[in-house]
Amino acid sequence: MGMTLTEQILARHAGRDRVSAGENIWVDVDILLTHDVCGPGTIGIFKDKFGADAKVWDKERVVIIPDHYIFTADAMARRNIDILREFVAEQGLPYYYDPGTSRYKGVCHVALPEEGHTRPGELLLGTDSHTCTHGAFGMFATGVGNTDAALAMGTGKTWLKVPETMRFEFHGALPPYLMAKDLILQVIGDIGFDGATYRAMEFVGPAVFDLNIEERMTLCNMAIEAGGKNGVVEPDQVTIDYVNERIARAGTHADYTPVYDTADGAYVFTKQYDVSTLDPVVAKPHRPDNRASVREVAGTKVDRVYIGSCTGGKITDFEAAARLLAGREVRVDTFIVPATTEVARELGRRKIGEHTLTEIFRNAGCRLGESSCAACLGGPVDTFGRLNEPLTCVSTTNRNFPGRMGHKDGQVYLASPMTAAATALTGVITDPRDQMS
Amino acid sequence: MDTKIRGKAYVVGESIDTDQIIPAQYLVYSTSDPEERRFYGHYALAGLPVASQGLPDGGTPFVRGEEFTSDYQIIVAGPNFGCGSSREHAPLALAEAGATLVIAESYARIFFRNCVNGGYVIPAETRERLYDRVRTGDDLEVDLTANTVINHTTGDHYELPPIGDILPILEAGDVFEYAKKAGMMAS
Ligand code: SF4
Repeated sequence: MGMTLTEQILARHAGRDRVSAGENIWVDVDILLTHDVCGPGTIGIFKDKFGADAKVWDKERVVIIPDHYIFTADAMARRNIDILREFVAEQGLPYYYDPGTSRYKGVCHVALPEEGHTRPGELLLGTDSHTCTHGAFGMFATGVGNTDAALAMGTGKTWLKVPETMRFEFHGALPPYLMAKDLILQVIGDIGFDGATYRAMEFVGPAVFDLNIEERMTLCNMAIEAGGKNGVVEPDQVTIDYVNERIARAGTHADYTPVYDTADGAYVFTKQYDVSTLDPVVAKPHRPDNRASVREVAGTKVDRVYIGSCTGGKITDFEAAARLLAGREVRVDTFIVPATTEVARELGRRKIGEHTLTEIFRNAGCRLGESSCAACLGGPVDTFGRLNEPLTCVSTTNRNFPGRMGHKDGQVYLASPMTAAATALTGVITDPRDQMS
Repeated sequence: MDTKIRGKAYVVGESIDTDQIIPAQYLVYSTSDPEERRFYGHYALAGLPVASQGLPDGGTPFVRGEEFTSDYQIIVAGPNFGCGSSREHAPLALAEAGATLVIAESYARIFFRNCVNGGYVIPAETRERLYDRVRTGDDLEVDLTANTVINHTTGDHYELPPIGDILPILEAGDVFEYAKKAGMMAS
């Protein structure tokens, strides 16, 4: 029997020929990612445990991307950024993307690949639960807390329990009204929001390889919403081309060795989907596995639509939304938050017909925010798009637990950018099929 | 590590996520500065909707009014406790409030790991559903060697599965001590 993709990567990083699910192993870390919310705490523990003058294990491999609390007057939140700046200067870290400068990026999980820090076959830790996003690049990527990150910062190592793998196979042609978001909400609804706890979720099949890299990121991004340790997609030429282009542009290290699917690993199960038969879905309040088809909840009145975050704030997401919004007007407050500054620039370049996406959104009456996590996680009260009242919101983000977007009694429906845009046009939850020309 | 823990129970339901344990707007306090760190105790479980605050009745905040610590030391919960974000502020907040142990039916992985690695609170698992049998305020005694829970208020006894994989880290104190023992970090 062979090894799963996840086992192959972990075995290599443990310096072993073979590992099996359930084993506790020490592994080498290739990249450690942190941001403004968890960076200061990680740095605090790092200094406490390794000494005030300690140096990080490899400064080329510690990437710091502030993104959560950027455009706020909250002095405490701003102080977090100051702590990062000081640390970066003291350690001489080359990969820091400072707010207020031309290097500023925005949401770490979209910025990380853009800046050439994701590579097939590598092992990535991030102090953010959505670090699993980067499994889309054929790597092992998982979220950790500050203590784990501090240990990795000082030693380049972490301990892991090798997860069992659940395999999700997607076949068929994706209809034009479905997106990766629908697929992953479908899966989470099927297995439950703890259905993958301690496990790897491997996404395979022709319909996965038909997805572009951003859509694969959306699939892996929400593995954590089923409790998964990591999501992973085998790398193909799409992956390699994307990664090589980004590495060349950013000048990051170019040596990496992909692992490939042998299809004979030990899987907990293999679950098959024919994507051509699926419907657009939402996750109703207050759990990501509280799935309903859009048709079932159609007509529910909403106060607001939010399109943004690492899950739903990439260029593919905005293009899909803009196709529906072009030449029309929204009926409810609609917030557009590009994940990164690169996505924001692309909104101003990419056109549908003769208008750029930015123009389409403006003409439709949407409000455009600056690149960051913004209201995805609520944050300080002055955060763009935050639910400061108990509103009902259709959102392309990834979590709808009570209070996640601000107000404890806010009602958040998670949906694809297409469903979000269709809803924006009517003011009630709307199936994108009903708004497509 | 204390293997016998006695304290008052604070009971919550299923799928208590990290936003309910410590809402995102409070993540700005320093975790290194002891004066500021106390605020994590103050806001521990501040995101629970009122009806979920201390089951079965609800309406009992984990930390009262202006206090920084809780009257309760043992949190009893349903499945998937600590789901959501990776913020280590979550177990830290519970520990700052004075909690030492959580008994849940299952945990989200990152939260579980954070509890153990940072040595904040002990995450014990229960196979039985306790959150609808124990009431907030009950006097519990947990023995992690004998793997038992005694409810002194009701006289009930329950069994816990053995702690397993994480015991070496709990015994070492935290993951740094564990890493030193494993030769992964200089002592
Ligand atoms: S956009 Fe939302 S989910 Fe993504 S990193 Fe930011 S806060 Fe987390």
